[in-house]
Amino acid sequence: MTGGDVFDEPIDPDLEPEAERHRPDVLIAIAFGGAIGALARYEVGLQWPARSGAFPTTTFLVNSSGALLIGLLMVLIVERWSSPRLARPFLCIGLLGAWTTMSTFVTEADLLVRNGSTLTALAYVVATIVTGLAATGIGIVCARRLARVAT
Amino acid sequence: MIALGVVVLGSLGALTRYFMDDAVSRRTKSRLPYGTQLVNVTGSFLLGFVTGLVLYHSGSADTRTLVGTGFCGALTTWSTLSWETVRLVEDGETSTAVVAMLGGVAVCLLAAALGLAVASL
Repeated sequence: MTGGDVFDEPIDPDLEPEAERHRPDVLIAIAFGGAIGALARYEVGLQWPARSGAFPTTTFLVNSSGALLIGLLMVLIVERWSSPRLARPFLCIGLLGAWTTMSTFVTEADLLVRNGSTLTALAYVVATIVTGLAATGIGIVCARRLARVAT
Repeated sequence: MIALGVVVLGSLGALTRYFMDDAVSRRTKSRLPYGTQLVNVTGSFLLGFVTGLVLYHSGSADTRTLVGTGFCGALTTWSTLSWETVRLVEDGETSTAVVAMLGGVAVCLLAAALGLAVASL
């Protein structure tokens, strides 16, 4: 039932094993996940737009939730679900990769500096990094607990 | 219509990330995942640039949404970087982890600022 240890996998979770590389169904899974992730982020941004000069809460929560989910999902996919072929390309490369964003994060921080809100920018960068790493760690720990309870 | 464009460009962004990351990772043997860094830097510069076009040259906000939210947002990733950093720490490679995270964020901050600056010309 259980697969290997997620920490034996390559460090970069966006790489597919040689046998799966560039297969049409893998590419479709990535495109499909990417479409959903980008659309969800767009809709969330419409609902809760960033206010000029304010802490960009929406992007912060989008990225932090994605960091939590990648910790959870990578462990579950590799260690619990024995890596169903398309789970990682769909969920991790496509969906979470597109849901989270580095470009919006850094551009928002740059614009805060440009508008004179340097402290808010600094708080935003530090909070995003610290929360992201903590969220991924918590995701990994929770997934392993979950896997043990369910076994 | 904009939402449909975000869907199309979002899937293109995710696929571009996959292909770029794959191409870079096959050519580097470093423990630091350069593929992720490259997609993030590229997307950050591009988003800074299109944001600058709207700010300084009354560029179209729809274009910014399509290219920025759709393509750049999906091309760049936070979840992968966070995962890789935690993985490096777990493997005892703390200095590489620090470079990946702090270096990665710093370079992307500069890339977006450069994009904004180029667009302001």
